[in-house]
Amino acid sequence: MSEIKSIKGTAVPVHGNDIDTDRIIPARFLRCVSFDGLGEHAFEDDRLQDKAKGKVHPFDDARFQGANVLVANSNFGCGSSREHAPQAIYRWGVRAIVAVSYSEIFYGNTVAMGLPCVHVSPADAEAIQSIVEANPKAEVVVDLESSTVTAGGKSFPATVPDGPRKQFLTGGWDATSELLRDFGEIEAVARKLPYVNTFA
Amino acid sequence: MDNAGKTLYDKVFDAHVVRRLSSGQYQLFIGLHMIHEVTSPQAFEMLRDRNLSVPFPGRTVATVDHIVPTEDQSRPYKDDLAEQMMKAIETNCKQFGIRLYQPGSGKQGVVHIVAPEQGLTQPGMTVACGDSHTATHGAFGAIAFGIGTSQVRDVLATQTLSMGRMKVRRIEVDGKLNPGVYAKDVILYILRKLTAKGGVGYAYEFAGSVIEAMSMEERMTVCNMAIEGGARCGYINPDQTTFDYLKGRPEAPSGAAWDKAVEWWKSVASDKDAAYADVVRYQAADIEPTVTWGISPDQAVGVSEGIPTAESFDAAERPNILEAYEYMGVQPGQPIAGTKVDVVFIGSCTNGRISDLREAARVAELHGGKVPAGIKAFVVPGSEIVKKMAEAEGLDKVFLAHGFEWRQAGCSMCLAMNPDKLVGRQISASTSNRNFKGRQGSPSGRTLLLSPAMAAVAALEGKITDVRAVLAKKGA
Repeated sequence: MSEIKSIKGTAVPVHGNDIDTDRIIPARFLRCVSFDGLGEHAFEDDRLQDKAKGKVHPFDDARFQGANVLVANSNFGCGSSREHAPQAIYRWGVRAIVAVSYSEIFYGNTVAMGLPCVHVSPADAEAIQSIVEANPKAEVVVDLESSTVTAGGKSFPATVPDGPRKQFLTGGWDATSELLRDFGEIEAVARKLPYVNTFA
Repeated sequence: MDNAGKTLYDKVFDAHVVRRLSSGQYQLFIGLHMIHEVTSPQAFEMLRDRNLSVPFPGRTVATVDHIVPTEDQSRPYKDDLAEQMMKAIETNCKQFGIRLYQPGSGKQGVVHIVAPEQGLTQPGMTVACGDSHTATHGAFGAIAFGIGTSQVRDVLATQTLSMGRMKVRRIEVDGKLNPGVYAKDVILYILRKLTAKGGVGYAYEFAGSVIEAMSMEERMTVCNMAIEGGARCGYINPDQTTFDYLKGRPEAPSGAAWDKAVEWWKSVASDKDAAYADVVRYQAADIEPTVTWGISPDQAVGVSEGIPTAESFDAAERPNILEAYEYMGVQPGQPIAGTKVDVVFIGSCTNGRISDLREAARVAELHGGKVPAGIKAFVVPGSEIVKKMAEAEGLDKVFLAHGFEWRQAGCSMCLAMNPDKLVGRQISASTSNRNFKGRQGSPSGRTLLLSPAMAAVAALEGKITDVRAVLAKKGA
C-alpha cells in the first residue's frame, strides 16, 4: 500500500463547469471487461468536436502532453458512476486533479483508486489554468501534507476532506484490507439488522 | 448534543456503521448490493488478483441491462464486446455464487426496476450498485447510492464500504399536481431550481403532500434523478403506500415476519422534530409539463416557456449556458414547444415502469394519431415483468397501432451502449434522465428530457407539444 504525499509535474487545463463522465469517457468505450486502453479515449468526443471546429482540445494539445495534473472547474465528473472516467484520465497520465468541486461518486472512485483530487477556490482554479496556459512547462505541485497547490512558483491554498487526505497520506486509500481487518465486527452488525435475519 | 429527532438518513446510516476507520470515514454495512455487466467485470478481476472471496453472496443480486439488445436477443450477440461482457458476468456469478437474472428468466430488466419489483429493495436498508441511478431505491426509505468499480470490489469482498456522512436537505412539494403534470415534471422542476450541483454533499429527503400522494413508481422517478442534482442519494420516508407495494412480492417478508418488518420500517422514518441542514419548499401549482432544452438536466423549462436568456443565470453559469445554446442549436427566447424531434424513446430506469407505459398509451389513444413518417418512436419496457404486464393489458398493441415500435427490456437508448442510438445531430424526446452531450450514442446527438405522456405526444406530433392540450380536448 503506497502513501501519496505530493504530485509534482506539469498540468493540463480543462475548462468548464459540470463536465460529466459521459464526456470524459463516452459509453461506447464501456463495452470492455478491463480498464486497459481507456487512456487514449479520454474526452474522445470533445476532442473530435474541437478538431472539427479547428480547435485543439487540451488532451490533444502537444504543449500539454506528459502533464500529470488536471486542472478543472466545478462539479467535475458529474453524472454516471462509471469508474471508467477517472481510470481513463489516470491512464492518460494524470496523477492528481485540482478543481473547485467534484461529483461525489467520481470523488469516491478517485480515492479508491489512489488519484488525489484537491479543491481550490473558483478564482484560483482559473488562475492556475491561466498560469499553465501561459507556460505549459510551469512546474505544478499538489501537496497533500501542506494542502497547497503551487503553479509557476505561486502558491494556492487547497483543501482535501480530512478522511481522504488521511487515506492518501497513510496509504490507506485502498480500503479493502482495512475493511477486512475485523470480519467479526461486520458479522456483528449484520446480526443486529432485522432484515438480514429476515425479521425472525 | 441537542434533543432534536433524527432523520431517516441518520437512523439508517447509524444502524449500518461497523466502525470508524483510521481515516475518520465510516465503515458502512451494505444490505443490498446489485451488480450489472458494465461496472462489475473489473471488480471480479480485482478479487481474483487479490485472492479475495465473497463472504455474503446472498446479499448481492445481478442482472444484465446496459448492453442487452432490445430487438434481437439471440446469443451470441452480434457485438463481440457485448457478448464478452455477458459471458464475464455469467462466469463471475457462477464462480462466486451470486444470483443472476438473465434474459428469458422472467426477472431480467433494468437493475433499478428489477430489485423493487422482486421486493429486494426495502425500507431501512443501505443499497449500493455500480450505477449512479441507484438513488432510485431511496423511494422505499432506503439509503441508496451509486458507487464505482473499486467500491464494487470492496462490497463484494467485505459487504462494507468506506463512506463519509452526508447532510440532509428536505425538499417539500405541497398542493396538488395539475392534469398533465407528472413525477418527472416535479423532479425536473426541482433540478431547475436547485441546479445540477446544488445537492453535492447532501442526501435529498423528498416530502410534502405531493410526494405523499405519489405511487411507489412515481416516487422512484423522483428519487432516480436526485443524482442529476448532485445528491448522491434521495429518499422518501416509508408509509402505507410503501408497505402496500411490498406486500406479497417474492423477496419481501411474509407471514409473522411481515408485521415485524412493518414495525421496524415505520421506526426508521424521519422523526417529526428531525433537524435538517436545509429545507426548501415548492408549490405543485407552479409546476407545468417540463422539458429540458440544454446539455444538463437542470437546463429545463415549462412547456409554455421560452429558452431562458444567459443573463437570467449566475455569471459563473453563463459559459455553460452559451455552450448549451451552441450544442443544441437553439436561441434564447425561442419557445421550447414546437421543437421538432427525430426520435422518441420511452423507457429507462426513470420512466420504464408499467404506470409510465400505461400513461403513454392512454395519451396516444386520446390523441388518436400515428407517428408520422420519418420519425422513429420506440417503447422499451424496463423489465421482463413490465413487458409481460403491458402485453397482458394490450399496451403493446396500442403502441404498435399508433406507429411506435415495441421492444424487449433493457437500458436501450438512455445511454446507448446497445444498438439503439441517435445518428448525427438527431434530436430525441426521451423519458430517460440525462441530456449530456453525446449521451444517446451520437457524439453530436441532442436530447430533450420529458415525461412519458409528453414523449407520446411529441412522437405523434413530431414536435414538442403540450400534453395538456390533448388531455383537455378529449375532456380527460
